[in-house]
Amino acid sequence: MRNVFIIAGRELTAYFVTPVATVFIVIFLVLQGALTFNLGDFFARGQADLNAFFTFIPWVFLLLVPAITMRLWAEERRLGTIELLLTLPLTQAQAVLGKFLAAWVFCAVALLLTFPFVITVNILGSPDNGVIASGYVGALLVAGAFLAVGSAMSALTRNQVIAFVLAVAVCFVFAVASYSVVTDFLSRGMPVLADIARRVAVIDRFDDFTRGVVSVRDLIFFATFIGFWLYLNAVLVEQCKAD
Amino acid sequence: MLIEIDGLTKRFGGFTAVDHVSFRVARGEVLGFLGPNGAGKSTTMRMLAGFMIPTEGTARICGHDVQTDGVAARRLLGFLPEGAPTYPEMPVAGFLRFCAKIRGYRGAALDARVAHALELTRLEGVRLQPVETLSKGFKRRVGLAQALLHDPPVLVLDEPTDGLDPNQKHEVRALIRRMAPDKAIVISTHILEEVDAVCSRAMIIAAGRVVADATPAELSARHESGKLDDVFRALTMAGDNLTAVTGEVG
Repeated sequence: MRNVFIIAGRELTAYFVTPVATVFIVIFLVLQGALTFNLGDFFARGQADLNAFFTFIPWVFLLLVPAITMRLWAEERRLGTIELLLTLPLTQAQAVLGKFLAAWVFCAVALLLTFPFVITVNILGSPDNGVIASGYVGALLVAGAFLAVGSAMSALTRNQVIAFVLAVAVCFVFAVASYSVVTDFLSRGMPVLADIARRVAVIDRFDDFTRGVVSVRDLIFFATFIGFWLYLNAVLVEQCKAD
Repeated sequence: MLIEIDGLTKRFGGFTAVDHVSFRVARGEVLGFLGPNGAGKSTTMRMLAGFMIPTEGTARICGHDVQTDGVAARRLLGFLPEGAPTYPEMPVAGFLRFCAKIRGYRGAALDARVAHALELTRLEGVRLQPVETLSKGFKRRVGLAQALLHDPPVLVLDEPTDGLDPNQKHEVRALIRRMAPDKAIVISTHILEEVDAVCSRAMIIAAGRVVADATPAELSARHESGKLDDVFRALTMAGDNLTAVTGEVG
């Protein structure tokens, strides 16, 4: 476990010594603010809640999370540092977990910096802060799910642009899996697939959280989802590291 | 035997990069790994370091199999990968501290290890500089410092003196000679005079196969000119010569 934290510490420092952290956090906050206040009619709705904020957050993550994860393995392979990292006395699982953890903590920091939204609704009215808290938990889990996908995609290639595009594409599939366009199409041909698609849809699970429902089923879903992609990540690192 | 390699083979599709290479290196030996570009030197070293998975065969470091007992094997290994890769944005001391932490050091022992490695490779003057701002020779020494950090019994160095100026080359060779008595060291190089300068044993590899394995003096004596260059050329260039000499060695 100590090695996981050492790796995570190094990765996290790498985000903050390069402009990646600043650019990401500024764009995230501006985008999230613009979407909530303008497109989400935050004021016109006349309700003291963060529904508008939470409606947009998975889509903002869909676009920005792959930008955090694209460098995780692709850059190591391009620079050759993967050879250094994986010949240190640590297991590949520790390296995968450490990198994922760093990216997740980074997302959590970005999410924490949206606190002015919470203050704003609390000044304007008396929102249900429990619902807001569960919304934040859900947002963090969605970020984790997308990060795990992005990290695995990054292990596939040494090109960061390819890693980014692949991650956006795969995350998008899981984001819209429960949309009627998708399920209708699938249920015409293979009803089983439509059922599966509904179950693996990340946004559906997230909606429960924004309504203030934190269910064990949803928590297990996210844990399994993240676990699966991290496992795939470790397998891909093992297979692709020396190419 | 600190390093044992048994029938190590690596195939990429139909191409055989390393073909049943076997050798042993004992404490006190410095093995110079020679061969033309693409002969399979780096691939062999990567497999020895447990980074690349062999198609066949295996390697052991101090008795630990690099595939099945990798973490224990890598703990006893100092490895300088080809091109000495390092994290560009990290300062020299920060990078070495990271490696030392992974190697289990903490507190005063960690500070002492990093300070010692910086001193050995003469990097004290640039300890706070990010690696990306350093010249090629300095970067190579950062990689070397990382390999020496934990004073490992086995050192595998892929072209340790590449990109160094003559003075730095001299220093690194002196450093390797100083460490030689209580370690097993494998270095790869293109520079034949380096073999005379530091190696107690030289192995020439061509097209993935070992074509010669002897002391530098014995090797030089194989050509009438007595020059290692001529022996190297004879062994690695012409296909006929290659099989002839392999037969002789085997």
